[in-house]
Amino acid sequence: MHSIVLVKQVPDTANISGQVMKEDGTVNRAKLPAIFNHEDRVALELALQIKDKLGGKVTAITMGPPRASDVLRECLFMGADEAVLISDRKFAGADTLATSYVLSEAIKKIGDYDFVFAGRQAIDGDTAQVGPQTAEKLGIPQITYTEEILEIKENSVKIKRKIDGGYEILESALPVLITVLKDASFPRPYKAKRIMAYKNARTLIELEKLTEGNSLLYIDQLKEEYQSKKLYIQTLTMDDLKLDEARCGVHGSPTKVHKIESVVLAGGNHEMIAPDKAGMSILIDKLMEDHILG
Amino acid sequence: MNKDVWVFIEQRNGKPADVSFELLSKGRKLAENLHGELKAVVIGSNVKSLAEETFRFGASEALVIDHPALEHFRTIPYSRVLIELVESHKPRIVLFGASVIGRDLAPRVASHTKSGLTADCTDLQISTVKYLKKDYEDLLLQIRPAFGGNIIATIITPEVEVQMATVREGVMRLEPLPQAVKGKITNIPYLQNEFDEVIKIIEQHRQENKVNLKGASIIVSGGYGMGSKANFKLIHDLASLIGGEVAGSRAAVDAGFVTADRQVGQTGVTVRPKLYIACGISGAIQHRAGMKESNKIIAINTDPDAPIFGIAHYGVVGDAAQIIPMFINVFKQKLR
Repeated sequence: MHSIVLVKQVPDTANISGQVMKEDGTVNRAKLPAIFNHEDRVALELALQIKDKLGGKVTAITMGPPRASDVLRECLFMGADEAVLISDRKFAGADTLATSYVLSEAIKKIGDYDFVFAGRQAIDGDTAQVGPQTAEKLGIPQITYTEEILEIKENSVKIKRKIDGGYEILESALPVLITVLKDASFPRPYKAKRIMAYKNARTLIELEKLTEGNSLLYIDQLKEEYQSKKLYIQTLTMDDLKLDEARCGVHGSPTKVHKIESVVLAGGNHEMIAPDKAGMSILIDKLMEDHILG
Repeated sequence: MNKDVWVFIEQRNGKPADVSFELLSKGRKLAENLHGELKAVVIGSNVKSLAEETFRFGASEALVIDHPALEHFRTIPYSRVLIELVESHKPRIVLFGASVIGRDLAPRVASHTKSGLTADCTDLQISTVKYLKKDYEDLLLQIRPAFGGNIIATIITPEVEVQMATVREGVMRLEPLPQAVKGKITNIPYLQNEFDEVIKIIEQHRQENKVNLKGASIIVSGGYGMGSKANFKLIHDLASLIGGEVAGSRAAVDAGFVTADRQVGQTGVTVRPKLYIACGISGAIQHRAGMKESNKIIAINTDPDAPIFGIAHYGVVGDAAQIIPMFINVFKQKLR
């Protein structure tokens, strides 16, 4: 079984501090710590469990800026066999439609897969759109909101998924794209041995950096050396994937940000109530007068 | 260009989802602004009476695809049917509930039709917009908090014909008309396709929602500031004393203090109770989006600068774990 796992490096939006917000109310992304989107990590765990049980291979892929290689190394630490970075300046500003186009073309190039896994959604947008849009472009079925993989047969999979107000059990033919909820599994810790082995894994962009200003290093040789040591993170650009530029990045994104407003905190018009018994008494009297309580 | 507003009418076991009628209520106003028509898209089995219900919310036409194979929602046949309809009619706007079904279906349809799609909008408006020095008439403004709630973004899709958005249940107000409009039912045949059967439903279990936050007149809500699950019990104590429902912020849900079906906010439930008591909730925009229209809001928080105080009617600066027992004691005395 071959599983391709879509992962994303996301800004840690849960921990936004004051200095991250610029004075004009926009977000200074550079100041935000970048983390591995948790549900994607759970998706990788499910893919690894399939490999543990049935054999096969797990490939982790991400579309992002060069520094997104960090999450790919984490995928290798966790147990992924291969990692692929899809990176190009022309991908900047992509919305979910443009992102799913690039990802689906990369998946087609990697090819020969039984499962595509992804987290249900990424915490920076919470849209949950890239999974289904990628499945549509691949022409394969999707099962979103996965809670548990129940059974895998040669050509099908049985899955328990959340629905509004309950759950259902679905059986799908393969290949299928599966998006997973955070409680679907608990991601395994990194093995020290794998960290030691893969901490030096590098993308083409990172190898090119090494050769800069070093006339003794040739990129092709370096790449070959890393490939032979299995430390090369495959790096694909727009041209490598022969993509239509009009469908990538900002050009391929129908949604545009028209306006961004920082959240203005209305000046407190509220009545202060003392944090003591007397205060509570006053508060309760007011609520009773208004027939809200009592 | 077509100026119609479509709402996908979601049904579960033949019962319509509230969010679909809420969207019709909003869609009616959008259609008026656009001088277009409001249309309902109903997919299912034996859904004629359901389709007629949409006239009570102002739909002038229901596009109905009625077939036994469509009894339960399945991604492939539903998206295929909807894609064909959108491609042939090119409505100006298509709205979906941001439910599990809507969030599964809408991106698939948007992907195929290359439409813009914005998830979890908290407001929708029609406006003429200048974008990159060009005027665009009557665009759909898709407004949603973004980036951990630190900003509110207005998204537009100026260059595409079909604008799509999803909206959570409870965000838009349910506004039935005093009298149903005289609508038209248009039956559209369903032509089965082999690929429709690629996924089979083996079992389905659904319970009526036990938690009724939307209908509660008093809500006591706790946040991460409650500190622990043990302290969160105070929220339950207070709620049962004053006849309220228990709720929580996303942070409280993530911390395991309270179950996800009780989450108030942009990605949870939107509520408008008579009284909302926010305990240890700082008041991120996503949370405020889900409760700011409450009649009276009491905020209890240790941080006097917490944004929740900005929308509160009464503010108590202090540790909710100490304030709530005090409130409970004083209230019990007064009841005697």
